[in-house]
Amino acid sequence: MNDSTLVNNMPNRSATSSGTLHNRANGTRPQDSTRLTKGQIERGGKTLTGICVGIVLITLASLIVMVTAKGLSTFISDGISPIAFLTGQVWDPHTLDASGLPTVGALPMIVGSFAVTLLSCAIVIPFAVGSAIYAVEVNPRFGRRFFRPALELLVGIPSVVFGLVGLTILVPLIRNISGGTGYGILAGSLVLAVMVLPTVTSLVIDALESVPAPYRQSSAALGGTRWQTIWHIVLRSATPGILTAVVLGMARAFGEALAVQMVIGNAPAMPTSLTQPASTLTSILTMNMGNEAMNTVYNDVLWSLALILLVMSLIFILIVHFIGRKSEVKHD
Amino acid sequence: MSENALLETHDVRVRYHDTHDALRNINLTFCPGEVTALIGPSGCGKSTFLRCLNLMNREIPHCHIDGEIDYHGQNINTKKQNLYDVRRNIGMVFQSPNPFRKSIYDNIAFAPRQHGIKDRARLDEIVEQSLRRAALWDEVKDVLNKSAYALSGGQRQRLCIARTLAMNPEVVLMDEPCSALDPISTHAIEETIGAIKAEGICVIIVTHNIEQAARISDKTAFFLLGDCIEWNTTEVIFNNPHDQRTKDYLTGRFG
Ligand SMILES: Nc1ncnc2c1ncn2[C@@H]1O[C@H](COP(=O)(O)OP(=O)(O)OP(=O)(O)O)[C@@H](O)[C@H]1O
Ligand SMILES: [Mg+2]
Repeated sequence: MNDSTLVNNMPNRSATSSGTLHNRANGTRPQDSTRLTKGQIERGGKTLTGICVGIVLITLASLIVMVTAKGLSTFISDGISPIAFLTGQVWDPHTLDASGLPTVGALPMIVGSFAVTLLSCAIVIPFAVGSAIYAVEVNPRFGRRFFRPALELLVGIPSVVFGLVGLTILVPLIRNISGGTGYGILAGSLVLAVMVLPTVTSLVIDALESVPAPYRQSSAALGGTRWQTIWHIVLRSATPGILTAVVLGMARAFGEALAVQMVIGNAPAMPTSLTQPASTLTSILTMNMGNEAMNTVYNDVLWSLALILLVMSLIFILIVHFIGRKSEVKHD
Repeated sequence: MSENALLETHDVRVRYHDTHDALRNINLTFCPGEVTALIGPSGCGKSTFLRCLNLMNREIPHCHIDGEIDYHGQNINTKKQNLYDVRRNIGMVFQSPNPFRKSIYDNIAFAPRQHGIKDRARLDEIVEQSLRRAALWDEVKDVLNKSAYALSGGQRQRLCIARTLAMNPEVVLMDEPCSALDPISTHAIEETIGAIKAEGICVIIVTHNIEQAARISDKTAFFLLGDCIEWNTTEVIFNNPHDQRTKDYLTGRFG
Protein backbone atom coordinates (compact mmCIF):
# COMPACT_ATOMS: atom_id res chain seq x y z
CA MET A 1 0.00 0.00 0.00
CA ASN A 2 2.66 2.48 1.07
CA ASP A 3 4.72 1.68 -1.96
CA SER A 4 1.96 2.39 -4.40
CA THR A 5 1.06 5.75 -2.81
CA LEU A 6 4.70 6.71 -3.02
CA VAL A 7 4.91 5.79 -6.66
CA ASN A 8 1.67 7.62 -7.41
CA ASN A 9 2.81 10.76 -5.71
CA MET A 10 6.14 11.12 -7.42
CA PRO A 11 4.99 11.95 -10.95
CA ASN A 12 2.20 14.11 -9.52
CA ARG A 13 4.63 16.38 -7.80
CA SER A 14 6.38 17.32 -11.01
CA ALA A 15 3.06 17.37 -12.81
CA THR A 16 1.74 20.07 -10.46
CA SER A 17 4.59 22.43 -11.10
CA SER A 18 4.58 22.09 -14.86
CA GLY A 19 0.77 21.86 -14.80
CA THR A 20 0.52 25.21 -13.05
CA LEU A 21 2.49 26.86 -15.78
CA HIS A 22 0.35 25.17 -18.36
CA ASN A 23 -2.88 26.28 -16.66
CA ARG A 24 -1.88 29.87 -16.77
CA ALA A 25 -1.16 29.61 -20.44
CA ASN A 26 -4.42 28.14 -21.73
CA GLY A 27 -6.67 27.63 -18.76
CA THR A 28 -7.19 23.88 -19.13
CA ARG A 29 -5.88 21.04 -16.96
CA PRO A 30 -4.76 18.34 -19.38
CA GLN A 31 -2.93 16.47 -16.61
CA ASP A 32 -6.18 15.53 -14.87
CA SER A 33 -7.65 13.22 -17.48
CA THR A 34 -4.48 11.14 -17.89
CA ARG A 35 -4.08 10.90 -14.15
CA LEU A 36 -7.58 9.51 -13.86
CA THR A 37 -7.00 6.93 -16.58
CA LYS A 38 -3.79 5.79 -14.98
CA GLY A 39 -5.59 5.36 -11.68
CA GLN A 40 -8.37 3.45 -13.38
CA ILE A 41 -5.94 1.17 -15.17
CA GLU A 42 -4.16 0.51 -11.94
CA ARG A 43 -7.37 -0.28 -10.09
CA GLY A 44 -8.65 -2.38 -12.97
CA GLY A 45 -5.39 -4.31 -13.10
CA LYS A 46 -5.45 -4.91 -9.39
CA THR A 47 -9.01 -6.22 -9.53
CA LEU A 48 -8.33 -8.48 -12.49
CA THR A 49 -5.16 -10.05 -11.09
CA GLY A 50 -6.88 -10.26 -7.70
CA ILE A 51 -9.71 -12.26 -9.25
CA CYS A 52 -7.20 -14.63 -10.85
CA VAL A 53 -5.49 -15.20 -7.52
CA GLY A 54 -8.87 -15.73 -5.90
CA ILE A 55 -9.90 -18.37 -8.44
CA VAL A 56 -6.61 -20.22 -8.08
CA LEU A 57 -6.80 -20.17 -4.31
CA ILE A 58 -10.43 -21.29 -4.24
CA THR A 59 -9.66 -24.19 -6.61
CA LEU A 60 -6.72 -25.28 -4.50
CA ALA A 61 -8.58 -24.95 -1.24
CA SER A 62 -11.64 -26.83 -2.44
CA LEU A 63 -9.41 -29.59 -3.81
CA ILE A 64 -7.64 -29.99 -0.50
CA VAL A 65 -10.90 -29.79 1.46
CA MET A 66 -12.58 -32.35 -0.78
CA VAL A 67 -9.76 -34.90 -0.66
CA THR A 68 -9.38 -34.43 3.07
CA ALA A 69 -13.10 -34.73 3.78
CA LYS A 70 -13.54 -37.74 1.53
CA GLY A 71 -10.36 -39.36 2.77
CA LEU A 72 -11.24 -38.88 6.41
CA SER A 73 -14.80 -40.13 6.05
CA THR A 74 -13.40 -43.66 5.86
CA PHE A 75 -12.40 -43.31 9.48
CA ILE A 76 -15.11 -40.97 10.72
CA SER A 77 -18.32 -42.26 9.15
CA ASP A 78 -17.34 -45.75 8.02
CA GLY A 79 -15.61 -46.53 11.28
CA ILE A 80 -12.44 -48.05 9.91
CA SER A 81 -9.56 -47.61 12.32
CA PRO A 82 -6.84 -45.37 10.87
CA ILE A 83 -4.20 -47.52 12.50
CA ALA A 84 -5.58 -50.68 10.95
CA PHE A 85 -5.70 -48.85 7.63
CA LEU A 86 -2.11 -47.63 7.78
CA THR A 87 -0.59 -50.80 9.18
CA GLY A 88 -2.84 -53.53 7.81
CA GLN A 89 -1.04 -55.82 5.44
CA VAL A 90 -4.06 -57.31 3.71
CA TRP A 91 -5.90 -55.44 1.00
CA ASP A 92 -9.12 -57.20 0.13
CA PRO A 93 -11.96 -54.68 0.14
CA HIS A 94 -14.54 -57.15 -1.08
CA THR A 95 -14.11 -59.44 1.92
CA LEU A 96 -15.64 -58.25 5.15
CA ASP A 97 -13.78 -58.81 8.39
CA ALA A 98 -15.25 -59.85 11.77
CA SER A 99 -16.79 -56.43 12.42
CA GLY A 100 -18.46 -56.37 9.01
CA LEU A 101 -16.06 -53.83 7.48
CA PRO A 102 -13.98 -54.33 4.32
CA THR A 103 -10.41 -55.54 4.85
CA VAL A 104 -8.38 -52.53 3.82
CA GLY A 105 -4.78 -52.63 4.94
CA ALA A 106 -2.91 -50.03 2.90
CA LEU A 107 0.58 -50.88 4.07
CA PRO A 108 1.52 -52.92 0.95
CA MET A 109 0.79 -49.93 -1.26
CA ILE A 110 2.51 -47.48 1.08
CA VAL A 111 5.59 -49.67 1.14
CA GLY A 112 5.39 -50.12 -2.62
CA SER A 113 5.21 -46.38 -3.22
CA PHE A 114 8.15 -45.63 -0.96
CA ALA A 115 10.16 -48.51 -2.36
CA VAL A 116 9.85 -47.43 -6.00
CA THR A 117 10.48 -43.80 -5.04
CA LEU A 118 13.60 -44.42 -2.98
CA LEU A 119 15.02 -47.03 -5.32
CA SER A 120 14.49 -44.88 -8.40
CA CYS A 121 16.19 -41.96 -6.67
CA ALA A 122 19.11 -44.12 -5.64
CA ILE A 123 19.49 -45.01 -9.30
CA VAL A 124 19.03 -41.43 -10.51
CA ILE A 125 21.35 -39.52 -8.17
CA PRO A 126 24.71 -40.82 -9.41
CA PHE A 127 23.76 -40.47 -13.07
CA ALA A 128 22.22 -37.03 -12.64
CA VAL A 129 25.14 -35.63 -10.63
CA GLY A 130 27.75 -37.30 -12.80
CA SER A 131 26.35 -36.11 -16.09
CA ALA A 132 25.68 -32.64 -14.68
CA ILE A 133 29.34 -32.37 -13.65
CA TYR A 134 30.35 -33.38 -17.15
CA ALA A 135 27.99 -30.91 -18.78
CA VAL A 136 28.90 -27.97 -16.54
CA GLU A 137 32.51 -28.46 -15.52
CA VAL A 138 34.16 -30.77 -18.00
CA ASN A 139 32.61 -29.89 -21.32
CA PRO A 140 30.37 -26.83 -21.02
CA ARG A 141 30.12 -26.37 -24.79
CA PHE A 142 28.68 -29.85 -25.19
CA GLY A 143 26.46 -29.18 -22.17
CA ARG A 144 25.00 -25.98 -23.55
CA ARG A 145 24.75 -26.92 -27.20
CA PHE A 146 23.63 -30.52 -27.00
CA PHE A 147 23.03 -32.05 -23.59
CA ARG A 148 20.74 -29.36 -22.22
CA PRO A 149 18.41 -29.27 -25.26
CA ALA A 150 18.34 -33.07 -25.30
CA LEU A 151 17.27 -33.15 -21.66
CA GLU A 152 14.55 -30.61 -22.32
CA LEU A 153 13.28 -32.82 -25.08
CA LEU A 154 13.20 -35.83 -22.75
CA VAL A 155 11.38 -33.91 -20.02
CA GLY A 156 8.46 -33.45 -22.38
CA ILE A 157 7.94 -37.12 -23.16
CA PRO A 158 4.61 -38.34 -21.70
CA SER A 159 4.96 -40.88 -18.93
CA VAL A 160 2.90 -43.47 -20.77
CA VAL A 161 5.71 -43.72 -23.31
CA PHE A 162 8.18 -44.61 -20.55
CA GLY A 163 5.71 -47.18 -19.26
CA LEU A 164 5.32 -48.68 -22.71
CA VAL A 165 9.05 -48.97 -23.25
CA GLY A 166 9.43 -50.50 -19.80
CA LEU A 167 6.69 -52.99 -20.55
CA THR A 168 8.23 -54.02 -23.85
CA ILE A 169 11.90 -54.13 -22.86
CA LEU A 170 12.39 -54.12 -19.10
CA VAL A 171 9.73 -56.56 -17.99
CA PRO A 172 10.80 -59.36 -20.38
CA LEU A 173 14.45 -58.66 -19.54
CA ILE A 174 13.85 -58.98 -15.80
CA ARG A 175 11.73 -62.06 -16.43
CA ASN A 176 14.58 -63.67 -18.30
CA ILE A 177 17.20 -62.82 -15.73
CA SER A 178 15.43 -63.43 -12.43
CA GLY A 179 12.49 -65.61 -13.39
CA GLY A 180 8.96 -64.81 -12.27
CA THR A 181 6.73 -62.49 -14.23
CA GLY A 182 9.18 -59.63 -14.56
CA TYR A 183 6.62 -57.21 -13.12
CA GLY A 184 7.46 -55.63 -9.80
CA ILE A 185 9.23 -52.93 -7.84
CA LEU A 186 12.47 -53.28 -9.80
CA ALA A 187 10.75 -52.70 -13.13
CA GLY A 188 8.74 -49.82 -11.62
CA SER A 189 11.82 -48.18 -10.14
CA LEU A 190 13.80 -48.43 -13.36
CA VAL A 191 10.98 -46.92 -15.39
CA LEU A 192 10.58 -44.12 -12.87
CA ALA A 193 14.32 -43.55 -12.76
CA VAL A 194 14.47 -43.08 -16.53
CA MET A 195 11.42 -40.89 -16.35
CA VAL A 196 12.67 -38.47 -13.68
CA LEU A 197 16.32 -38.54 -14.78
CA PRO A 198 16.02 -35.66 -17.30
CA THR A 199 14.19 -33.43 -14.82
CA VAL A 200 16.58 -34.12 -11.96
CA THR A 201 19.64 -33.73 -14.20
CA SER A 202 18.38 -30.39 -15.51
CA LEU A 203 17.85 -29.15 -11.98
CA VAL A 204 21.27 -30.37 -10.86
CA ILE A 205 22.83 -28.58 -13.84
CA ASP A 206 21.05 -25.41 -12.73
CA ALA A 207 22.41 -25.89 -9.24
CA LEU A 208 25.99 -26.36 -10.46
CA GLU A 209 25.75 -23.41 -12.82
CA SER A 210 24.55 -21.15 -10.06
CA VAL A 211 27.78 -21.67 -8.11
CA PRO A 212 29.49 -18.27 -8.54
CA ALA A 213 32.49 -18.26 -10.88
CA PRO A 214 34.73 -16.52 -8.29
CA TYR A 215 34.54 -19.66 -6.13
CA ARG A 216 36.08 -21.72 -8.89
CA GLN A 217 38.65 -19.01 -9.56
CA SER A 218 39.66 -18.71 -5.93
CA SER A 219 39.97 -22.43 -5.62
CA ALA A 220 42.21 -22.57 -8.70
CA ALA A 221 44.25 -19.64 -7.40
CA LEU A 222 44.75 -21.55 -4.15
CA GLY A 223 46.31 -24.40 -6.06
CA GLY A 224 43.20 -26.58 -6.08
CA THR A 225 43.06 -29.05 -8.96
CA ARG A 226 39.99 -29.29 -11.09
CA TRP A 227 38.63 -32.30 -9.23
CA GLN A 228 39.36 -30.79 -5.84
CA THR A 229 37.49 -27.69 -6.96
CA ILE A 230 34.54 -29.71 -8.20
CA TRP A 231 34.39 -31.92 -5.16
CA HIS A 232 35.07 -29.47 -2.35
CA ILE A 233 33.76 -26.22 -3.76
CA VAL A 234 31.25 -26.72 -6.54
CA LEU A 235 29.40 -29.75 -5.16
CA ARG A 236 29.50 -28.39 -1.62
CA SER A 237 28.04 -25.03 -2.58
CA ALA A 238 25.47 -26.69 -4.82
CA THR A 239 24.33 -29.23 -2.22
CA PRO A 240 21.06 -27.47 -1.32
CA GLY A 241 20.20 -27.17 -5.01
CA ILE A 242 21.06 -30.80 -5.63
CA LEU A 243 18.94 -31.92 -2.67
CA THR A 244 16.06 -29.84 -3.95
CA ALA A 245 16.40 -31.48 -7.35
CA VAL A 246 16.34 -34.91 -5.78
CA VAL A 247 13.32 -34.17 -3.61
CA LEU A 248 11.40 -32.78 -6.57
CA GLY A 249 12.32 -35.92 -8.49
CA MET A 250 11.08 -38.02 -5.59
CA ALA A 251 7.82 -36.09 -5.49
CA ARG A 252 7.32 -36.76 -9.18
CA ALA A 253 8.16 -40.45 -8.80
CA PHE A 254 5.90 -40.82 -5.79
CA GLY A 255 2.95 -39.30 -7.61
CA GLU A 256 3.44 -41.02 -10.97
CA ALA A 257 0.62 -43.44 -11.73
CA LEU A 258 0.50 -44.55 -15.32
CA ALA A 259 4.07 -45.59 -16.05
CA VAL A 260 4.34 -47.49 -12.77
CA GLN A 261 0.99 -49.16 -13.12
CA MET A 262 2.06 -50.61 -16.47
CA VAL A 263 5.08 -52.45 -15.11
CA ILE A 264 4.60 -53.09 -11.38
CA GLY A 265 2.09 -55.93 -11.64
CA ASN A 266 -0.55 -54.33 -9.42
CA ALA A 267 -0.76 -57.12 -6.88
CA PRO A 268 -1.85 -55.51 -3.60
CA ALA A 269 0.34 -57.82 -1.53
CA MET A 270 3.13 -56.98 0.84
CA PRO A 271 6.26 -56.83 -1.37
CA THR A 272 8.74 -59.51 -0.45
CA SER A 273 11.17 -59.15 -3.31
CA LEU A 274 11.98 -56.59 -5.96
CA THR A 275 10.85 -58.84 -8.76
CA GLN A 276 7.46 -59.93 -7.35
CA PRO A 277 4.36 -58.11 -8.59
CA ALA A 278 3.52 -55.30 -6.17
CA SER A 279 1.48 -52.13 -6.17
CA THR A 280 1.68 -48.48 -5.26
CA LEU A 281 -0.87 -46.02 -3.90
CA THR A 282 -1.28 -44.50 -7.33
CA SER A 283 -1.57 -47.75 -9.23
CA ILE A 284 -4.32 -49.07 -6.94
CA LEU A 285 -6.12 -45.76 -7.25
CA THR A 286 -6.10 -45.64 -11.03
CA MET A 287 -6.95 -49.33 -11.34
CA ASN A 288 -10.02 -49.19 -9.09
CA MET A 289 -11.39 -45.68 -8.93
CA GLY A 290 -13.59 -46.09 -11.98
CA ASN A 291 -15.08 -49.37 -10.79
CA GLU A 292 -16.44 -48.39 -7.43
CA ALA A 293 -19.67 -46.48 -6.87
CA MET A 294 -19.49 -43.19 -5.01
CA ASN A 295 -20.08 -43.27 -1.26
CA THR A 296 -19.40 -46.96 -0.83
CA VAL A 297 -16.83 -47.78 1.80
CA TYR A 298 -14.45 -49.01 -0.88
CA ASN A 299 -14.72 -45.70 -2.68
CA ASP A 300 -14.04 -43.80 0.54
CA VAL A 301 -10.97 -45.94 1.17
CA LEU A 302 -9.59 -45.02 -2.24
CA TRP A 303 -10.01 -41.36 -1.26
CA SER A 304 -7.99 -42.13 1.83
CA LEU A 305 -5.18 -43.38 -0.42
CA ALA A 306 -5.44 -40.10 -2.33
CA LEU A 307 -5.18 -38.24 0.97
CA ILE A 308 -1.92 -40.04 1.74
CA LEU A 309 -0.58 -38.94 -1.65
CA LEU A 310 -1.64 -35.37 -0.96
CA VAL A 311 0.00 -35.34 2.44
CA MET A 312 3.19 -36.83 1.02
CA SER A 313 3.43 -34.22 -1.73
CA LEU A 314 2.91 -31.56 0.90
CA ILE A 315 5.78 -33.05 2.89
CA PHE A 316 8.03 -33.07 -0.19
CA ILE A 317 7.29 -29.39 -0.82
CA LEU A 318 7.93 -28.56 2.82
CA ILE A 319 11.29 -30.32 2.62
CA VAL A 320 12.22 -28.27 -0.45
CA HIS A 321 11.31 -25.05 1.37
CA PHE A 322 13.18 -26.13 4.44
CA ILE A 323 16.33 -26.84 2.41
CA GLY A 324 16.07 -23.44 0.72
CA ARG A 325 15.52 -21.61 3.99
CA LYS A 326 18.28 -23.40 5.80
CA SER A 327 20.94 -22.68 3.19
CA GLU A 328 19.94 -19.01 3.23
CA VAL A 329 20.00 -18.67 6.99
CA LYS A 330 23.34 -20.35 7.26
CA HIS A 331 25.18 -18.01 4.98
CA ASP A 332 23.55 -14.58 4.89
CA MET B 1 69.00 -9.56 -14.64
CA SER B 2 69.09 -8.76 -10.97
CA GLU B 3 70.70 -11.26 -8.63
CA ASN B 4 68.00 -11.85 -6.08
CA ALA B 5 65.13 -11.79 -8.54
CA LEU B 6 62.30 -14.11 -7.54
CA LEU B 7 60.01 -13.56 -10.47
CA GLU B 8 61.01 -12.13 -13.80
CA THR B 9 59.17 -11.66 -17.07
CA HIS B 10 60.85 -11.55 -20.47
CA ASP B 11 58.92 -10.16 -23.42
CA VAL B 12 55.61 -11.34 -22.10
CA ARG B 13 52.89 -10.87 -24.63
CA VAL B 14 49.23 -11.76 -24.16
CA ARG B 15 46.55 -12.12 -26.80
CA TYR B 16 42.87 -12.77 -26.37
CA HIS B 17 41.12 -14.50 -29.27
CA ASP B 18 44.32 -14.55 -31.39
CA THR B 19 43.79 -11.01 -32.58
CA HIS B 20 43.65 -8.65 -29.66
CA ASP B 21 47.05 -7.76 -28.18
CA ALA B 22 46.30 -7.12 -24.52
CA LEU B 23 49.97 -6.88 -23.49
CA ARG B 24 53.22 -6.41 -25.37
CA ASN B 25 56.84 -6.95 -24.37
CA ILE B 26 56.58 -6.76 -20.64
CA ASN B 27 59.95 -7.07 -18.91
CA LEU B 28 59.73 -6.70 -15.17
CA THR B 29 61.59 -8.12 -12.19
CA PHE B 30 60.20 -8.76 -8.74
CA CYS B 31 62.27 -9.42 -5.62
CA PRO B 32 61.49 -10.91 -2.21
CA GLY B 33 60.43 -8.45 0.46
CA GLU B 34 59.47 -5.90 -2.11
CA VAL B 35 56.09 -4.37 -2.94
CA THR B 36 55.50 -3.49 -6.58
CA ALA B 37 52.48 -1.44 -7.59
CA LEU B 38 51.01 -1.77 -11.07
CA ILE B 39 49.19 1.39 -12.08
CA GLY B 40 47.57 2.65 -15.24
CA PRO B 41 44.22 3.55 -16.73
CA SER B 42 41.40 1.04 -16.96
CA GLY B 43 41.81 -1.63 -19.61
CA CYS B 44 45.57 -1.22 -19.99
CA GLY B 45 46.24 -4.84 -19.05
CA LYS B 46 47.20 -4.73 -15.37
CA SER B 47 44.91 -7.59 -14.38
CA THR B 48 45.92 -9.53 -17.45
CA PHE B 49 49.56 -9.22 -16.46
CA LEU B 50 48.86 -10.23 -12.88
CA ARG B 51 46.96 -13.31 -14.07
CA CYS B 52 49.99 -14.32 -16.14
CA LEU B 53 52.21 -14.49 -13.11
CA ASN B 54 50.33 -17.38 -11.47
CA LEU B 55 49.16 -18.75 -14.81
CA MET B 56 45.52 -18.03 -13.99
CA ASN B 57 45.19 -16.94 -17.60
CA ARG B 58 45.49 -20.61 -18.49
CA GLU B 59 41.93 -20.97 -17.18
CA ILE B 60 40.75 -18.72 -20.01
CA PRO B 61 40.66 -20.89 -23.14
CA HIS B 62 41.06 -18.06 -25.66
CA CYS B 63 44.01 -16.45 -23.90
CA HIS B 64 47.53 -16.97 -25.25
CA ILE B 65 50.65 -16.07 -23.30
CA ASP B 66 53.97 -15.76 -25.12
CA GLY B 67 57.34 -14.99 -23.62
CA GLU B 68 59.15 -16.19 -20.55
CA ILE B 69 58.03 -16.00 -16.95
CA ASP B 70 60.92 -17.03 -14.75
CA TYR B 71 60.24 -18.12 -11.22
CA HIS B 72 63.47 -18.87 -9.34
CA GLY B 73 65.13 -18.69 -12.73
CA GLN B 74 62.91 -21.39 -14.21
CA ASN B 75 60.49 -20.58 -16.99
CA ILE B 76 56.99 -21.49 -15.82
CA ASN B 77 55.26 -20.47 -19.03
CA THR B 78 55.59 -23.92 -20.55
CA LYS B 79 53.05 -26.57 -21.45
CA LYS B 80 54.59 -29.03 -19.01
CA GLN B 81 54.48 -26.74 -16.00
CA ASN B 82 52.29 -27.99 -13.15
CA LEU B 83 49.83 -25.13 -12.61
CA TYR B 84 49.00 -26.18 -9.10
CA ASP B 85 52.60 -26.03 -7.93
CA VAL B 86 52.91 -22.52 -9.30
CA ARG B 87 49.75 -21.31 -7.61
CA ARG B 88 50.70 -22.82 -4.31
CA ASN B 89 53.77 -20.57 -4.27
CA ILE B 90 52.28 -17.57 -6.02
CA GLY B 91 49.03 -16.72 -4.27
CA MET B 92 46.36 -14.36 -5.52
CA VAL B 93 43.79 -12.09 -3.88
CA PHE B 94 40.93 -10.88 -6.03
CA GLN B 95 39.16 -7.58 -6.23
CA SER B 96 35.86 -8.70 -4.75
CA PRO B 97 36.06 -10.38 -1.36
CA ASN B 98 34.82 -13.85 -2.25
CA PRO B 99 35.29 -16.37 0.52
CA PHE B 100 33.81 -19.83 -0.01
CA ARG B 101 30.43 -20.62 1.49
CA LYS B 102 32.13 -22.43 4.30
CA SER B 103 33.08 -21.61 7.85
CA ILE B 104 35.90 -19.16 8.52
CA TYR B 105 38.06 -22.06 9.64
CA ASP B 106 37.35 -24.17 6.56
CA ASN B 107 38.06 -21.23 4.26
CA ILE B 108 41.58 -20.93 5.64
CA ALA B 109 42.14 -24.66 5.95
CA PHE B 110 41.02 -25.22 2.36
CA ALA B 111 44.39 -24.81 0.67
CA PRO B 112 46.48 -26.69 3.28
CA ARG B 113 43.98 -29.55 3.16
CA GLN B 114 44.17 -29.68 -0.62
CA HIS B 115 47.90 -29.87 -0.32
CA GLY B 116 47.69 -32.85 1.95
CA ILE B 117 47.78 -31.54 5.53
CA LYS B 118 45.26 -33.58 7.50
CA ASP B 119 46.54 -33.25 11.05
CA ARG B 120 44.03 -31.22 13.06
CA ALA B 121 46.55 -29.61 15.39
CA ARG B 122 48.72 -28.57 12.48
CA LEU B 123 45.67 -27.12 10.70
CA ASP B 124 44.65 -25.23 13.86
CA GLU B 125 48.09 -23.76 13.96
CA ILE B 126 48.04 -22.70 10.32
CA VAL B 127 44.59 -21.15 10.70
CA GLU B 128 45.62 -19.11 13.72
CA GLN B 129 48.90 -18.04 12.18
CA SER B 130 47.32 -17.01 8.87
CA LEU B 131 44.56 -15.06 10.60
CA ARG B 132 47.13 -13.31 12.77
CA ARG B 133 49.19 -12.37 9.75
CA ALA B 134 46.10 -10.88 8.14
CA ALA B 135 45.28 -9.03 11.40
CA LEU B 136 41.94 -10.80 11.68
CA TRP B 137 42.57 -13.26 14.50
CA ASP B 138 41.37 -11.08 17.38
CA GLU B 139 38.12 -10.32 15.61
CA VAL B 140 37.19 -13.88 14.66
CA LYS B 141 38.94 -16.21 17.08
CA ASP B 142 35.67 -16.99 18.87
CA VAL B 143 33.58 -17.51 15.76
CA LEU B 144 35.84 -19.69 13.63
CA ASN B 145 32.98 -22.07 12.89
CA LYS B 146 30.62 -19.37 11.70
CA SER B 147 30.01 -18.82 8.01
CA ALA B 148 32.52 -16.52 6.34
CA TYR B 149 29.52 -14.57 5.12
CA ALA B 150 28.82 -13.41 8.64
CA LEU B 151 31.84 -11.11 8.26
CA SER B 152 31.90 -7.54 6.94
CA GLY B 153 33.33 -6.76 3.51
CA GLY B 154 36.65 -5.61 4.92
CA GLN B 155 36.90 -8.67 7.15
CA ARG B 156 36.06 -10.94 4.23
CA GLN B 157 38.87 -9.45 2.20
CA ARG B 158 41.31 -9.99 5.07
CA LEU B 159 39.98 -13.53 5.30
CA CYS B 160 40.81 -13.99 1.61
CA ILE B 161 44.31 -12.69 2.30
CA ALA B 162 44.64 -15.09 5.24
CA ARG B 163 43.37 -17.91 3.03
CA THR B 164 46.15 -17.15 0.57
CA LEU B 165 48.79 -16.81 3.29
CA ALA B 166 47.80 -20.24 4.62
CA MET B 167 49.65 -21.74 1.64
CA ASN B 168 52.82 -19.98 2.74
CA PRO B 169 53.36 -18.42 -0.67
CA GLU B 170 56.52 -16.59 -1.69
CA VAL B 171 54.63 -14.18 -3.89
CA VAL B 172 51.23 -12.62 -3.27
CA LEU B 173 49.39 -11.05 -6.19
CA MET B 174 46.62 -8.60 -5.37
CA ASP B 175 44.19 -7.20 -7.92
CA GLU B 176 42.69 -4.01 -6.53
CA PRO B 177 42.15 -5.62 -3.13
CA CYS B 178 40.85 -2.44 -1.52
CA SER B 179 38.62 -1.05 -4.24
CA ALA B 180 35.45 -2.24 -2.51
CA LEU B 181 36.52 -1.26 0.99
CA ASP B 182 36.21 1.69 3.35
CA PRO B 183 39.31 3.66 4.46
CA ILE B 184 39.67 1.81 7.76
CA SER B 185 39.60 -1.65 6.17
CA THR B 186 41.94 -0.33 3.48
CA HIS B 187 44.32 0.82 6.16
CA ALA B 188 44.20 -2.60 7.84
CA ILE B 189 45.06 -4.30 4.55
CA GLU B 190 47.91 -1.89 3.87
CA GLU B 191 49.30 -2.75 7.32
CA THR B 192 49.10 -6.43 6.44
CA ILE B 193 50.91 -5.81 3.18
CA GLY B 194 53.67 -4.04 5.12
CA ALA B 195 53.88 -6.93 7.56
CA ILE B 196 54.13 -9.71 4.97
CA LYS B 197 56.65 -7.66 3.02
CA ALA B 198 58.74 -7.56 6.18
CA GLU B 199 58.54 -11.38 6.27
CA GLY B 200 60.18 -11.40 2.87
CA ILE B 201 57.12 -12.03 0.74
CA CYS B 202 57.09 -10.44 -2.69
CA VAL B 203 53.86 -8.46 -3.13
CA ILE B 204 52.56 -7.30 -6.50
CA ILE B 205 49.50 -5.11 -6.25
CA VAL B 206 47.27 -3.53 -8.87
CA THR B 207 45.70 -0.31 -7.69
CA HIS B 208 43.79 2.63 -9.07
CA ASN B 209 44.55 4.55 -5.93
CA ILE B 210 47.70 6.55 -6.69
CA GLU B 211 48.18 7.56 -3.05
CA GLN B 212 48.00 3.93 -2.05
CA ALA B 213 50.70 3.05 -4.56
CA ALA B 214 52.85 5.87 -3.20
CA ARG B 215 52.24 4.79 0.40
CA ILE B 216 52.95 1.10 0.21
CA SER B 217 55.10 0.27 -2.79
CA ASP B 218 58.85 0.17 -3.31
CA LYS B 219 58.62 -0.06 -7.08
CA THR B 220 55.95 1.10 -9.46
CA ALA B 221 55.20 0.06 -13.01
CA PHE B 222 53.03 2.27 -15.20
CA PHE B 223 51.02 0.50 -17.89
CA LEU B 224 49.31 2.13 -20.84
CA LEU B 225 47.35 0.38 -23.60
CA GLY B 226 49.16 -2.92 -23.18
CA ASP B 227 52.66 -1.50 -22.82
CA CYS B 228 54.71 -1.02 -19.71
CA ILE B 229 55.69 2.60 -20.17
CA GLU B 230 57.88 3.03 -17.16
CA TRP B 231 59.12 0.88 -14.33
CA ASN B 232 61.25 2.26 -11.52
CA THR B 233 61.40 2.83 -7.80
CA THR B 234 58.23 4.44 -6.53
CA GLU B 235 60.21 7.49 -5.52
CA VAL B 236 61.48 8.12 -9.04
CA ILE B 237 58.11 7.40 -10.65
CA PHE B 238 56.29 9.82 -8.39
CA ASN B 239 58.89 12.57 -8.09
CA ASN B 240 60.81 12.43 -11.29
CA PRO B 241 59.19 10.27 -13.97
CA HIS B 242 61.17 9.99 -17.18
CA ASP B 243 58.18 9.64 -19.48
CA GLN B 244 55.77 12.47 -20.12
CA ARG B 245 52.84 10.02 -20.21
CA THR B 246 53.62 8.84 -16.69
CA LYS B 247 53.71 12.40 -15.50
CA ASP B 248 50.39 13.10 -17.20
CA TYR B 249 48.74 10.09 -15.64
CA LEU B 250 49.99 10.88 -12.16
CA THR B 251 48.86 14.46 -12.35
CA GLY B 252 45.45 13.31 -13.52
CA ARG B 253 45.75 14.91 -16.95
CA PHE B 254 44.81 11.63 -18.54
CA GLY B 255 41.67 9.72 -19.43
N1 LIG C 1 38.79 -12.76 -20.48
C1 LIG C 1 39.04 -11.86 -21.44
N2 LIG C 1 38.68 -12.11 -22.72
C2 LIG C 1 38.92 -11.22 -23.69
N3 LIG C 1 39.50 -10.04 -23.50
C3 LIG C 1 39.88 -9.71 -22.25
C4 LIG C 1 39.67 -10.60 -21.16
N4 LIG C 1 40.15 -10.02 -20.03
C5 LIG C 1 40.62 -8.82 -20.41
N5 LIG C 1 40.48 -8.62 -21.74
C6 LIG C 1 40.89 -7.44 -22.49
O1 LIG C 1 42.25 -7.19 -22.21
C7 LIG C 1 42.47 -5.80 -22.02
C8 LIG C 1 43.13 -5.57 -20.68
O2 LIG C 1 42.20 -5.91 -19.66
P1 LIG C 1 42.57 -5.96 -18.14
O3 LIG C 1 41.40 -6.51 -17.41
O4 LIG C 1 43.84 -6.64 -17.97
O5 LIG C 1 42.72 -4.41 -17.80
P2 LIG C 1 43.00 -3.70 -16.41
O6 LIG C 1 44.18 -2.84 -16.60
O7 LIG C 1 43.03 -4.67 -15.32
O8 LIG C 1 41.72 -2.80 -16.28
P3 LIG C 1 40.96 -2.35 -14.94
O9 LIG C 1 41.80 -1.32 -14.32
O10 LIG C 1 39.68 -1.80 -15.46
O11 LIG C 1 40.79 -3.57 -14.11
C9 LIG C 1 41.14 -5.11 -22.17
O12 LIG C 1 41.08 -4.56 -23.45
C10 LIG C 1 40.14 -6.21 -22.04
O13 LIG C 1 39.05 -5.97 -22.88
MG1 LIG D 1 41.74 -5.12 -13.64
